[in-house]
Amino acid sequence: MSFAAEVFCGFSAARVKALVVRYIYLLRSSWPRLFELIYWPAVQMITWGFIQRYLSHVGTAGGAAVVGAGTLIGAMLLWDILFRGQLGFSASFLEEMWSRNVGNLLMSPLRPMEFVAALTVMSVIRLVLGVVPVTLLAILFFGFNLWGLGLGLGAFFINLLLTSWSIGLLVSGLLLRNGLGAEGLAWTFMFMIMPLACVYYPVAVLPAWLQPIAWMLPPTYVFEGLRALLDQQVFRGDLMLQALGINVILFVGGTVAFVALLQSSRRAGTLLQVGE
Amino acid sequence: MAAVGGDGLVSPSRVPLVRAPAGASTRPAIAVEGLTKAYKTSLAVNDISFSVAPGSVTALLGGNGAGKTTTIGMVMGLVAPTRGTVRVLGVDMARNRYAVLHRMNFESPYVDMPHRLTVRQNLRVFANLYGVKRGEDRIAELAASLALDEFIDRQAGMLSAGQKTRVALAKALINTPEVLLLDEPTASLDPDTADWIRAELEAYRSTHGATILLASHNMAEVERLSDRVIIMRRGEIIADDTIPALLARFGRSSLEDVFLDVARARGHGAEAAVDAAPADAIAEIGR
Repeated sequence: MSFAAEVFCGFSAARVKALVVRYIYLLRSSWPRLFELIYWPAVQMITWGFIQRYLSHVGTAGGAAVVGAGTLIGAMLLWDILFRGQLGFSASFLEEMWSRNVGNLLMSPLRPMEFVAALTVMSVIRLVLGVVPVTLLAILFFGFNLWGLGLGLGAFFINLLLTSWSIGLLVSGLLLRNGLGAEGLAWTFMFMIMPLACVYYPVAVLPAWLQPIAWMLPPTYVFEGLRALLDQQVFRGDLMLQALGINVILFVGGTVAFVALLQSSRRAGTLLQVGE
Repeated sequence: MAAVGGDGLVSPSRVPLVRAPAGASTRPAIAVEGLTKAYKTSLAVNDISFSVAPGSVTALLGGNGAGKTTTIGMVMGLVAPTRGTVRVLGVDMARNRYAVLHRMNFESPYVDMPHRLTVRQNLRVFANLYGVKRGEDRIAELAASLALDEFIDRQAGMLSAGQKTRVALAKALINTPEVLLLDEPTASLDPDTADWIRAELEAYRSTHGATILLASHNMAEVERLSDRVIIMRRGEIIADDTIPALLARFGRSSLEDVFLDVARARGHGAEAAVDAAPADAIAEIGR
């Protein structure tokens, strides 16, 4: 089947809904899965919140501000959107592999792009369930209101989600092609880009030769934009547009990789025997 | 439906097997032409051709590694052939499989249903994926005919092997498929449950005139269900005929003896393709 046919033919929202309902059944049936969505972001937020408070105290005592108000905790929350967005995508896909259901789905009329659409919807649902309560806790514990970023937050959110889906697509394709032996990628892939995405420090901290590479990653623009917003109260629309441009390329690349890896799995005969 | 078995299964009454109705299309339901699947170091299926008439049951019989599952996988479109074509209900599976997937279904021991979902939830998801109209009615129908009622609201992971097989069969029949692909449908079942499943398959085929392609190395299953048997070995078709014709050709009184002749490469017709050199064939395909 041609690439175009795999991607574009006969998209059905009803089939996407059917698969989303399947994942909601799963979340409803398992309190550990629901708990897992919230507890780690909460632990992270509390840890970084106290680090921020400590550094602010040291900075004030030394007569200089070390980090701007909320920069660390804000960066942590945005990083979690990026990480959890990808994990929400990949974990839903992994559920199909763990339950050996991939063959059933790919033999059904479900198109690969409908599968992808369902995974993106689940990524958003899992993010909302996991990150929203933690942002409310950040207000309660540290007086940091992520929602107060207003328009900026929307731009950050869209860009981070697009990056997370692109990586989710690539990781899911690799899982299809290589089986559960590649499962570790789903949990760790995002951490490969973390140092270059400059989550907790400005791009200027990186060596000059590394900075152009960092600027190839959309999250770098988001985290620079966050610091500009918190430290200088400036919303850098230019950074967000550049991030969006790279994200569009990444998303198309992720889609191409997913479909190519799916076709490669068909050639390798690995779809029927999804395992290690 | 008639007798209730020892484990509470309701056995469907034996029904006569039917051929395709008179006047029905003579186009094969499944047409396989020159099908080959080569992996890097092995040749799983080597240039096989066969067709399956509408409303008939054809069994792919062979030992482990004969190429049955790979063949079924290629018919389903889950495994891409190296060469050759598969047409299901006239549709080329390599080019246009989505035009026909809603009219077929399958059951295989290589796949499972999500364990945390209840049987009803699983069937509901697949009814929606296959676009089944009045899905809840269809689920109720299948629950009654496959005796799922007592555990339909239980999680799929909590079921016994026999119950799981019945649920897998319910999923395979959810869209009332015209073409049903079965890979070892009664593997690991006790004889009573296996017999019951076979009776259900006969009943479904009889009622709906469905075409069934069955991969198995269970002789009882093949003898009971199949109109025709394709015997495979090392990825090639060794024999393709009705059971009486196969018994006559191999001079045997049971299909099991025929199978053993083929497996051990003895008797009429068994030698033919058995000693083909797969390595040469792989090299040829590689060129």
